This record gives sequence, structure tokens and C-alpha cells, in this order.
Amino acid sequence: MRRPVRDLEDSARRINRRALFMGGCIAATMAVLAGRMRYLGIDQTDAFSLLAEQNRVNIQLLPPARGLILDRNGKLIAGSEQNYRVVITREGAGDVDMVLNRLSHLIPLTESDMARVLKDIARNAAFVPIPVADRLTWQEFSSISLNAPALPGVTPDVGLSRRYPRDIDFAHVVGYVGPVSEKDLEGIENPDPLLHIPKFQIGKIGVEKWKEDILRGSAGNRKIEVNHVGRVMRELERTEGKSGADLTLTLDADVQNFLQVRLGDQSAACIVMDVQNGDIIGAVSAPSFDPNLFVRGISNDNYSTLMENDHRPLANKVVQGVYPPGSTFKIVTALSALANGQIDVDTTVFCPGYLDFGGRKFHCWKTGGHGKVDLARALAESCDVFFYDVAQRVGIDKIAEMGKTMGLGQRHDLPMSAISEGILPTKEWKQERFKQDWRIGDTINASIGQGYVLASPLQLAVMTARVATGRLVVPRLVKAVDGVEVPVDEALPLGMPTSQLDSVRSGMTQVVNGQHGTSYAARIDNDALRMAGKSGTSQVRNISAAERETGVVTNTDLPWKARDHALFVAFAPADAPRYAVAVVVEHGGGGSSAAAPIARDALLRVMTGALPDPMDYPENQRARIETMLKELRLRRADGSQPPEIKA
Amino acid sequence: MSFLEYRVKFAPTGFAKVLYVNWSLYLLVCACATIGWLMLYSISGGDMQQWAEPQMKRLGVGMVLSLAICFTPIWFWRSMSAAAYIVTFALLVVVHFFGAVGMGAQRWIDLGFIRIQPSEFMKVSLVMMLATYYDWLEDRKVSRLIWVIFPVMMILVPAVLVLMEPNLGTTLMLVVAGASVMFAAGVSLWYFLAVMGLIGAGIAGIFLLRGTPWQLIHDYQYKRIDTFLDPSADPLGAGYNILQAKIALGSGGMSGKGFMQGTQSRLNFLPEKHTDFIFTTLGEEFGFVGEISLLSLYAAILVFLFWAAMQNKDRFSALLLIGIGANFFLYLAVNLAMVMGMAPVVGVPLPFLSYGGSATLVLLLAFGLAQSAIVHRLR
Repeated sequence: MRRPVRDLEDSARRINRRALFMGGCIAATMAVLAGRMRYLGIDQTDAFSLLAEQNRVNIQLLPPARGLILDRNGKLIAGSEQNYRVVITREGAGDVDMVLNRLSHLIPLTESDMARVLKDIARNAAFVPIPVADRLTWQEFSSISLNAPALPGVTPDVGLSRRYPRDIDFAHVVGYVGPVSEKDLEGIENPDPLLHIPKFQIGKIGVEKWKEDILRGSAGNRKIEVNHVGRVMRELERTEGKSGADLTLTLDADVQNFLQVRLGDQSAACIVMDVQNGDIIGAVSAPSFDPNLFVRGISNDNYSTLMENDHRPLANKVVQGVYPPGSTFKIVTALSALANGQIDVDTTVFCPGYLDFGGRKFHCWKTGGHGKVDLARALAESCDVFFYDVAQRVGIDKIAEMGKTMGLGQRHDLPMSAISEGILPTKEWKQERFKQDWRIGDTINASIGQGYVLASPLQLAVMTARVATGRLVVPRLVKAVDGVEVPVDEALPLGMPTSQLDSVRSGMTQVVNGQHGTSYAARIDNDALRMAGKSGTSQVRNISAAERETGVVTNTDLPWKARDHALFVAFAPADAPRYAVAVVVEHGGGGSSAAAPIARDALLRVMTGALPDPMDYPENQRARIETMLKELRLRRADGSQPPEIKA
Repeated sequence: MSFLEYRVKFAPTGFAKVLYVNWSLYLLVCACATIGWLMLYSISGGDMQQWAEPQMKRLGVGMVLSLAICFTPIWFWRSMSAAAYIVTFALLVVVHFFGAVGMGAQRWIDLGFIRIQPSEFMKVSLVMMLATYYDWLEDRKVSRLIWVIFPVMMILVPAVLVLMEPNLGTTLMLVVAGASVMFAAGVSLWYFLAVMGLIGAGIAGIFLLRGTPWQLIHDYQYKRIDTFLDPSADPLGAGYNILQAKIALGSGGMSGKGFMQGTQSRLNFLPEKHTDFIFTTLGEEFGFVGEISLLSLYAAILVFLFWAAMQNKDRFSALLLIGIGANFFLYLAVNLAMVMGMAPVVGVPLPFLSYGGSATLVLLLAFGLAQSAIVHRLR
């Protein structure tokens, strides 16, 4: 086919025109592309460089070592234990099934463990180490290290985990640590980034919780370069953290152990204080539990056993349990009457065995009555009527005021969990609480520590220490932080004349040492170590008039829950007080019989610094005491438990 | 133009052809390929075997084929264009029924030693076919409706097949490159305006019918559009690629982090970094300077192609050069726009840089045709 030249020329010209137009469009597009390059690479480069850096660099926290908790003599209460673990990576193992199978010959691995590991491995990138087992024994751990060539991808690994070597002895005071929970995080405003580390352990209760800030330390960090799936390529920078400070408590581990063993499986609490500086030497609640169980994550079975026990092993009865103080409260009633000038040492009251008030009879514990009693005898023989009478004269508000001065009805600031305030009733308090007027009968009940009055063993110990010294002794639990002593201010005087305090003290001395004292049987037969105390037996039920007619049912005939609480407070030596003690045995029966012997043992233990000497006990008890002391299963010097003695 | 006319005018023959080859064009291609080779070497972390060497081999083979095509007279290729079109079309049909599935789309025929992606070859065959068609068609008939329908069918039928693979990127390139040849051939502007209007309506339709049973494109394509419109909305999912690409390009700054120093690519944050997203590594390691340099090389290639088209009085040759130029431009523009977050991610490689056989081979074949048109231009 031939075409005219003109046609060709026209056609070529049009192609050129349109090609030029297209070239223009192309040039414009290229200009836009170049502009975009400029925008990204020059205008926005700072923002994108930052993003690239964020992509590349990860900051990993290095958890600090938690501070140790030591007793006053430097014995370890809570420490960090090496936790031997085994981890496996898919890329290292290759045939994961085969490796796990071999591993199961070396360490105990259940089917469900294996299934969990396989699931975790499938879910994570090949290089992510998956924990296979932890808390291995040294033997298991070393056998894995030994067989390493046959176990590709398996790495033995050592981590740190909290350990309480004296397990049950400090469970209530020191508490335990556990992994951070959602609930823990909710309460904290600006959570330490450490808390977001999976399974990071923080204090859950007790000293571990309340001194968390001191014990935790601060995190170090390392900057690492990671790739798109988070594999660590190299470490860029490392800052070491600061480990937590070591806490030295005022507690004495051996005293603590002695008390724990002495209380045994009774539902009881005992606290021993140094009256000179308020140091709590021992604070024990029984029965106890092993805090190590909680660190590992307690099993449901163990937990429900603890929860279902009617002796409430989880409760810290020393600070959390509040009891009607019973006759131990007579100390407060007596002091308030003396301070308000309502009685003096010589004031006497006649006790016919009851007090008739507006047609209602308030009984003395002694059915026949004590006859004519003065303050010293009223304390020594625990005459109720004397205090019924005196309390009416003073009035409840003054008694409550004195109770406050003595440390009752308030929360003492100690690093322990669930510290109760107790109750010191006043007219105002009853109005507020029950919308009822105060009645004289309430005062009469309160005067002997029944009715509305509630106090914790800690408060009773503080009361005793304050009576013993005449000073506002403040209890304390932390002796030193990182070896630096926490200074103690000298306690302020109570502001009461010594003569008034002395009259109460001598009454208390008579309680234990007087022939007719309620706790004469619990005396210490050593003049240098004599103790002074006050027993208390508080009712947990009402005794009806009919029962009183036929004779009050004795404690041993009652179900455990209905028996009286046994209380005893004491200080020693009686003439130069050094230690104060408070003992509560829940539903233990009489204070003199159930609580006083424990108080005596505790005081002898702290005063002599060794196992009590049977020679310090009344002659007729020595044989029995010697056997009892011998049978106590105390820890060895290194803190380990001796083997159980088979009967 | 008939065979006889070539006798009247001068066209180089024999070894003289070597003198008439536009060596600058080949030099520019080699420059691009060198950059690509460097980038592949860097991305593999200094491993020659992984990508750099295979790619060089392909380029070598492609170059030999290209030169062979270059020295074969252009009129031979014109006479072959219909056959090429039909064969490529047949392969497309085969791929449609028997093709291997890769990345969720049927794209390849696996012959064992080589994987053929017919849709890539169609880019050249279509341009050849259209150029031949307009070379044959009388000039005055060009804008008549009946004569417009034929080339439109030539474009749309394979385009629809490619779309069904599904391969949106190549479909768009086929349509736009085909339209470019038609435009250059002189088809009335009104057709183009009408089609653009229709496309506008179509885009509106795509968005309006979304979520209904009549929705026009795949969910993953909708998602790509969404991601394109707002990549930050899903930075770990669909928007991840674009975001990481932009971070790489942006963090390169003026002169880049240095050869083999790109953290984004070395630490694997970049997706498809050796194929479609290879430009991001270039940007990260050589910065704005490197990016603009590459763009300049591409611009120079385009200038040569269009300049050659305008000089060439042979209609087939001119239209072929324009079509090849348009194709080349579309490759780079779509790729760069998508990598820089200006267009949806549609899977178009960057010419002479991206690792991959079909595209490189097709581009070199096309440049061989372009060189043949240049060598055998009547002077």
C-alpha cells in the first residue's frame, strides 16, 4: 500500500505534537515524584529518622535484685534464691519433639507440660526462648548441662526468685511477694516500668508490701538493636540498675522461732517488745503458713485448706485480730481513775460478788465476792466490782482518753498489713455507731474490758510497755536500712506521777507474785527476772441468769468457738522493766492458765537470750517445764528444721 | 510504508548498524542495572549469591537477546507483531486456566527452567500490535468509531484476562500504555475525554458499591486503597509496608546512611525489599541524592526514547517508541508513587533495579525493539 507523502508528513507532525504533549505530562509527573522525594527525605527527615531509630532500638529493663530482709542479728529472713530453669528455642532445637522427649528422661515433665511448651513454641518466633521447667534441683540442672550436646536448643538458665528460709516463722510479719497483678497496677498512679515485666515480683502483704519502695531498687536498662520480628541483633548500651536496700528488722529470728513453736497449733498471737526503744523482738501469729507457697503461686488445694481452717492461719492476729481485752483493760481503768483523782492507793471498795445497778446485777468473776479491796488487791485478784465502781466515778470518756494515751484504739504505724484500730468506746462513738445513748451499764462492761472495747495484741503490748516505763513508747519494726540504723527518738513521758504508775505496777507485780494473785502459778522464780502482768479472760458469749444459777459451764465443756479468749500482758523484770509481752490465745480459756505461761516463757527467752532455764520456774513445775522445753522443735542454728521426733 | 520505500531511502546494513545503535541508551540501562546490582548486594547483607548474581545473569541473557533484536530490521518485527500478540494472548488464556498461583493470583506458567509471566510480555506485544494497526490504518480513518473500537478491543480483552488473575497493576499499565499509543496515533481527543469521564464514574461506582454484593473489586484491593488513603490507621497490618517504606526513605535524609548501613533494610523492617520496594533501600542508604540520581537516569532514558520517536518518520517505529517509552514510564512512576505512599500498593517492579526475571527480560526486549527502530530509521 502506498500513501501520499503529505499524509505521512501530517501524520508524523501530529505524532510529534502528541509525543511532546505526553512528554510534558511525563515531565510533570517526574517533577511531582521528585517533590515527594524531597518532602520525605529532606522536609520530614527528622520525624522519619526518629521513627527508624524507634524501630531499631528497643530498651529492655534489667530487673534489680530485691533487697534482703534480715533479723536484728543479721540472720536471713527473706532472700533471693537462684532459680534454675531450662529454656528451649525452636531454631536451636530443630526437632522439638525429639529434644523434649530426651529432656523428659532427665527432668520430670508431664504430658501437659510438653503440650504447653509445644503450644508456646508454635505461637512464638523461632528464636524466642520458651521456658520448659523451672525450680529445678541442682542435680537436674547439672545433668542437663552435662547432656547439652544431645539437647540442641536447650539452654540452662539461672534467674532470681524470692525465698523465705524460715518459712512459717515470719509469714505474717514479713508477708510474701508475688507476680504483679492487674489489681496491683490499678492502685498505682505512675507505675514503675518494672512492674510491666511479666512475672515481676512485688510485695503482696506485710513488710514486703509496705517497704516495697525500699526493697525493690531501681531498674537498669539495656539498649538493644532488634530486627523486624524483635530478634536481638546486638547490645548498644547498658546501664546497670540499683539493687534494693537491705532491711534489718527489730525481730529476733530465734525468738520468733521459739514463740512460733511455743504457740504451736493453738489459734494464738504473741508479741514481745523492748520497752526501752519500742523494738518488736517477736511477733507471732499461730497457726502460720509457708509464704514460699505464695511466691510460686499457691495451688488451689493448698489455698482452700488455708481458707477453710477455722484457726485462720492467714490472719496476722498480732495486729489484725482484735479481742475484748477483758481484765487486762483494768490497767487502763485504774490509771484513769488515779489520774482523775477519783481514787488513790488506799481507796477501798466492798465487793459482795456483784454490783447491783438499777435492778441489774453485774457479777464479779468470784461468786462469793472479794470483800473489802484496794487497788493493789483489785488488780492482783482481778476483782471486777472494784472497777465497776471506780469506772462509774470516772466516766467512760476519761477512760477512753487514758486508753488512747496507753496506745489503744489507734493504728500504730508499722509496715504490716491489715493493722486494726480496735475500739475505745465513748459516748459520742456509740451515738455515731448505733444512734443510741450511752448507758452506765456500758461503762461497767467497758471497765473490765468487755462490751464494746476491742484491742489487738500489739496495742496491749504497747499499753504494757507504757505502764512499765511511764513513757510513750512507740513500737517499731525496722531497725536499719542498708546497715544504717534508723534513729529512735527517746519516748516522751506519759506525764503521770510516778506514784500512780507505781501503784498499778505493784498491783501487776502482785498478780503474778502475790500468793493470791490470779497468775501466781505463772510466776518466775528468780528475783532478778520476776515478771509483772495482768491476766484477762474475755467472754465471747453471754452468760444467762439461769446458767449463773445452775453454775457457769466450764470452758472445757463448751465447743471451741464458744470458749473464752485467754489474754495476758506482762513486763519483766518487774522492778527494772526491759521487755513487755502480750499474749492472746483465742478460745483458750482462762488468761492465767492459757496465756500467762506463754508470756512467762517468752519473757524468759528474751531476757536470758537462750532457751529458758527450768531453774527459773517454781519448783513444782520444773520437771514438767523441762519436758515441755525439750520437746519444742526449734530450728537449728543455721535455720534448718530438725527432723520430726517420732513418738 | 512498504518494503520498497526502504530501498529508496538509506538504512544502515551489516556491521554499519553498530554505529547507529543508540549506545547512550544502553549505557543508561547498564547504569540503572549497576545501581540495582549494588542494592541487591547490600540488601542480602553482602551476599553475592542470593540475589545480585542471578540478577546479573538474567541481565546478561536479556542484553544478548536485546542486541539480537536490535540488529534485526524493524520491518521484520512489524510483520511479527500480530503473531507475537496472538501467542502472548494464548499464553494469557493458558495461564488463566492452568497457571501457577502466587501471592493469591494466577500469574505464571512454570516451564521448569523459567517462569513465564505472560502479562508482562503482553505489555510489549500490545504496543507492537497497536503500532502495527495504526501503521496500517489510513490516517483519515483513525478517529472513526468503528476503527477506534478495534484497538480498544485489542487492549481490553487481554486487560480483562490480566485483571482476572488478578493483577491490577499490570492491567492498568496495559490500558494506559495502549491508550498512549492510540493518543499518539492521533485518535480524537473527545474519545479520551469521554473515557476519562467514564473512569471517573467507574471510580465513584467502585466506592458506592462497596460492601454490597455487587462490589467491583476484591476486598484486598479495597483494603489496599484504604491503606493508601490512610496508612497510619493500621500501622501493624495493611499499612505496615507503606509506613516502613516511608520511614526508610525519610530517614535517609540528604545523603543517606551509607552503603550497607540502612537499618530499615538490614533489620528487615522493609517488605519486599529486593523486589517492588527496592527503591526504599536506595533511599535509605543513598538518601535524596541517590533517589534524584536514579530519577535523572530514568528521565534521560525517556528523553532518548521520545526524542527517537519524534525523529522517526516511520509511523510504526514512532508509535512503538512512544509505546515503549510510555510503558517504561508507567513502570517507574507507578512503582515510585506506591513506594513513596502516593498510590496503592499494586505490585509493579522498578525497572532494572527490582529482582525478578520477566519484567527485566521484557524491558530489555522492548529496548531491543526500540534500538531496532532507531538503527533502522530511514535517513
